[in-house]
Amino acid sequence: MLFAFDWTQLAQQTVIGLSSGGTWALLALAIVLIYRSTGVINFAQGEMAMFSVFIAWSLVHHGLTYWAAFFLTIAISIAGAIAVERVVIRPVEQAPVLTVVIVTLGLLFVVDGAARWFWSPETRTLPNAFSTSPITIAGVAFSWQDLGNIAVSLGLVVLLWGLFRFTKLGLALRAAAVNPDESRLLGIRVSWMLALGWGLAAGLGAVSGMLTAPALASFDQNLMQPVLLYAFAGAVLGGIESPLGAVAGSLLLGVFVNLVGTYVGWIGTDLRLPVALAVILGVLLVRPAGLFGKVSARRV
Amino acid sequence: MPRSSLLELEDVEARYGQMRALHGVSLEVGEGELVAVLGPNGAGKTTTLRAVSGTVRRSGKIAFAGKSIARRSPEAVARLGIAHVPEGRGTLSELTVAENLRLGAYTRRDRAAVREDTGRVLAHFPWLGERSDQRAGTLSGGEQQMLALARALMLRPRLVLLDEPSLGLAPKVVAEIFRIVRELNERDGLTVLVVEQNANLALDSSSRAYVLEAGRVALEGTSAELRRNESVRRSYLGY
Ligand SMILES: Nc1ncnc2c1ncn2[C@@H]1O[C@H](COP(=O)(O)OP(=O)(O)OP(=O)(O)O)[C@@H](O)[C@H]1O
Ligand SMILES: [Mg+2]
Repeated sequence: MLFAFDWTQLAQQTVIGLSSGGTWALLALAIVLIYRSTGVINFAQGEMAMFSVFIAWSLVHHGLTYWAAFFLTIAISIAGAIAVERVVIRPVEQAPVLTVVIVTLGLLFVVDGAARWFWSPETRTLPNAFSTSPITIAGVAFSWQDLGNIAVSLGLVVLLWGLFRFTKLGLALRAAAVNPDESRLLGIRVSWMLALGWGLAAGLGAVSGMLTAPALASFDQNLMQPVLLYAFAGAVLGGIESPLGAVAGSLLLGVFVNLVGTYVGWIGTDLRLPVALAVILGVLLVRPAGLFGKVSARRV
Repeated sequence: MPRSSLLELEDVEARYGQMRALHGVSLEVGEGELVAVLGPNGAGKTTTLRAVSGTVRRSGKIAFAGKSIARRSPEAVARLGIAHVPEGRGTLSELTVAENLRLGAYTRRDRAAVREDTGRVLAHFPWLGERSDQRAGTLSGGEQQMLALARALMLRPRLVLLDEPSLGLAPKVVAEIFRIVRELNERDGLTVLVVEQNANLALDSSSRAYVLEAGRVALEGTSAELRRNESVRRSYLGY
């Protein structure tokens, strides 16, 4: 056949796109969680995730397996972020949004500086979380790593969705984010809910980072910077107010940039980010609230 | 005078920034009473309820069941069993009706009793059961007011603070809400402190009432006495 289309390649590239999109989705979700409860983008979210990856690296370096380090790092990240929120953010809880933004920018530099001070600037690796051998499904070879990333990302999204949808704590987190004054009257400790939100966001970021790092040949303190950009783009694409939108937006973006990089020769890997940002600009011109965001229809 | 007093305010002041809104308010609510607070716009009725629930800066003596609550946070006051239904109804707009009710019992640990209370509350407001999956922010004003009352009951409160339940609602809806409040008070012994601009309704429903003016208690007495009071009749009842 003259125009035989390589379906195998399309399937493979789609899965690879979903795999990176999944790791972006976790960080995007972290950003959206904080944005919904405070109206602020936490610019330090990516660097906090990077710090988590270095904690995981140290744990592995001290002899833990990848998965032991994985879970311990999540716990440390949640606890650490709650502590950071109590110390750094709580004092500016009532301050104007701009003040809080500046505080998160400051936090970005502090966390980044701390990571460079604790860990020397050499490059590092994390062991693979999943088998490196390929698996063949319906005649198409996929990597365990990509399928594992997708499974962990989506599993975590479902877990979080269940938390917010079905548990009393999750309901309180949602209520405190949207109606803090009303929530207080019900006995909900709104300020602590914000801290818990920071904890959850840092946990998500940690997983995002720990899935990102093993896929790289090596990493250093800059590893989360592109992830943060893609995550932010995915969140804006899906609708910065909508958690599920952020996930869908990131996954779409992951598949899109990977397919464009594969099939449009001149784009390759270098131009992916600019192309992604251009597409998002285009979407936002047509749908300012993002693909899945509702144009704010809150009753006050 | 009330039987055993459940809530006692003595010389309470409250301020918004530099502006003082209450200048020494004293009032009392007995266990099982339905007490009304009347007064013109800006008199400090809402602020009085806020002083109790801790959502405004206040000083003076505020005792609930013998304990001072003048320095407690809103969260802590709610945990003592005071349900404040604020002006604007306190709807958790993004959550469904069922989720609103569930959070009404947020501080409670007695699951079985909470389930039981859910049943009793739905008996008062049967339509809430049919709307349980609707987002609360999309309910009508009257429905939101009833949801707010239902949610307050989910706390199994010892005291309900009700701020202008009639605000912006049709007379029929208002009558229904007051019928339910009265029924809860008479049948279940619920203690209620209600702020209401509709003096007729408030004096009809309550056993005692306070009239606030410019941040002070101008008049107090049994509702029957206040009904006969010349200045109350002229200013609030309109005859
Ligand atoms: N958030 C606020 N900030 C500043 N001043 C306020 C605030 N809320 C109320 N006030 C002022 O405090 C005073 C008492 O207000 P309050 O709301 O308690 O009156 P009210 O009796 O409930 O009136 P209404 O019948 O209009 O609800 C008013 O002078 C009002 O302008
Ligand atoms: Mg008022």
